[in-house]
Amino acid sequence: MDKKRVVITGMGVVAPNATGLSHFEKAIKQGKSGIQFHQELHDLKFSCQIGGVPKIPQELLDKNFTALEQRGLLATGLIYGGIAGQEAWRDAKLGVNEELDTDSGIIFGTGVLGVEKLREAFNRIDDKQVRRLGSTSVLQTMASGISAFLGGKLGCGNQVTSNSSACSTGTEALLMGFERIQYGKAKRMLVGSCSDAGPYVWGGFDALRILPHQFNDTPELASQPMSATAAGFVPSSGAGALVLESLESALERGANIYAEVLGGHVNSGGQRENGSMTAPNSTAVQSCITQALLDAGVNSEEIDLINGHLTATAMDSTEIKNWSQALNLSGKDFPYINSLKSHVGHALAAAGSIELVSSVLELKRGFIFPNINCERIHPEILKLVDEDKIPRQLLEMKVNVLAKASFGFGDVNTCVILKSYDNE
Amino acid sequence: MTAEVIQERLKPIVKPYVNNQENFNNLSLKSNFIQDLEINSANLVDIVLDVEDEFDIRIENNDMEKMTNVEATVEVIQNLLAKK
Repeated sequence: MDKKRVVITGMGVVAPNATGLSHFEKAIKQGKSGIQFHQELHDLKFSCQIGGVPKIPQELLDKNFTALEQRGLLATGLIYGGIAGQEAWRDAKLGVNEELDTDSGIIFGTGVLGVEKLREAFNRIDDKQVRRLGSTSVLQTMASGISAFLGGKLGCGNQVTSNSSACSTGTEALLMGFERIQYGKAKRMLVGSCSDAGPYVWGGFDALRILPHQFNDTPELASQPMSATAAGFVPSSGAGALVLESLESALERGANIYAEVLGGHVNSGGQRENGSMTAPNSTAVQSCITQALLDAGVNSEEIDLINGHLTATAMDSTEIKNWSQALNLSGKDFPYINSLKSHVGHALAAAGSIELVSSVLELKRGFIFPNINCERIHPEILKLVDEDKIPRQLLEMKVNVLAKASFGFGDVNTCVILKSYDNE
Repeated sequence: MTAEVIQERLKPIVKPYVNNQENFNNLSLKSNFIQDLEINSANLVDIVLDVEDEFDIRIENNDMEKMTNVEATVEVIQNLLAKK
């Protein structure tokens, strides 16, 4: 069976440095940080008191949630994902039909949904007030609450589900939706991911001592992927969403095409060799990258730009080493590489999808956003990659093929290959 | 409290959950919450909680099951208020 070609025809984003596609494009070109100090984290005695939290004006909330849906709405991930998902759908010029649309589905993942709502529920239950939880406790706290919410808003009748694979969730969602369309099981898939904001999501990471504690007075400088002084990842939140569509469907309805998804791969390092719950098995990471290239039918020399996972920990140099070995490229031959986490921190389950939106904008508009907070590149990285390949300034240039990878707790990996689309 | 007064106070409580505005505009004692006002059945528990707050009463499950239309709801509220 001939596999269908799959393109991206709509996007939406809720990020700590900007909400909405046009603001987001401007922000990432400028290298605008979305990391701020949060008094709440200070009061709770977190060692890392900074984080990325998107700003949601009431007007935007009203556009995407009815007054009734806003009642008792505490699940921030659902708010971010609900906005990004509907923005992507509108951006793709897909209307909301009253009838069931069996050709369209949703794969929208998350790590944990509605922790604030859960906290409210726990308190009520412990107070013997379970009867006063109200009707939305389940929707706001089930992992698939986000895909269920969007499915109802948009009337999608194909597969509607939520995946979960820690920090690779968003990139994995894209790959899952891509394959579903490739094999003719759906015409359109809204894919993406979201992550709640706040102490109840970030606390576990603070306890692991993997967040930076030195930047509570200078939050914008804290997230330093690939830097010699990287001190840990900055916790963040938000959502990204992309509408995937078969090329024939997109051409048939004259849709705007952002880019083409060529292929990808997902695997796990099995927490064997040098892999563990928190560290990736390098053999599996390299295999994930080479299998993705094979699936996409692309040679490593064709890759112009890598959007890395690059969280700003000691693992950054290991990641670069894995890219270099998998692609068999180094020095000046190594592709350009950037990490959006320098702008927005690590949005956990939402990271992959927000970073994919930034990647697709680079392909469509022809630019490479700057890595910020990376004045001094880590010496281990400089041994493998020429300094010019880690741009610290905006580059306006054509990007043809882009590789995006995300890695997550549990030793799970996803890599996808995207290509600019020029009406060929 | 008279049935009329209770019904008037019930209206703004029910309003946000209504999906059939026309039938809500012609609200009568016989108006059924699910069939006529097209309220999502899950939202009936929210209406019960809002009624509890508005009238400072506690509605148990057996009373809640009776509250399918305006008339039965007014009656439940009236009985509970009388017991206070």
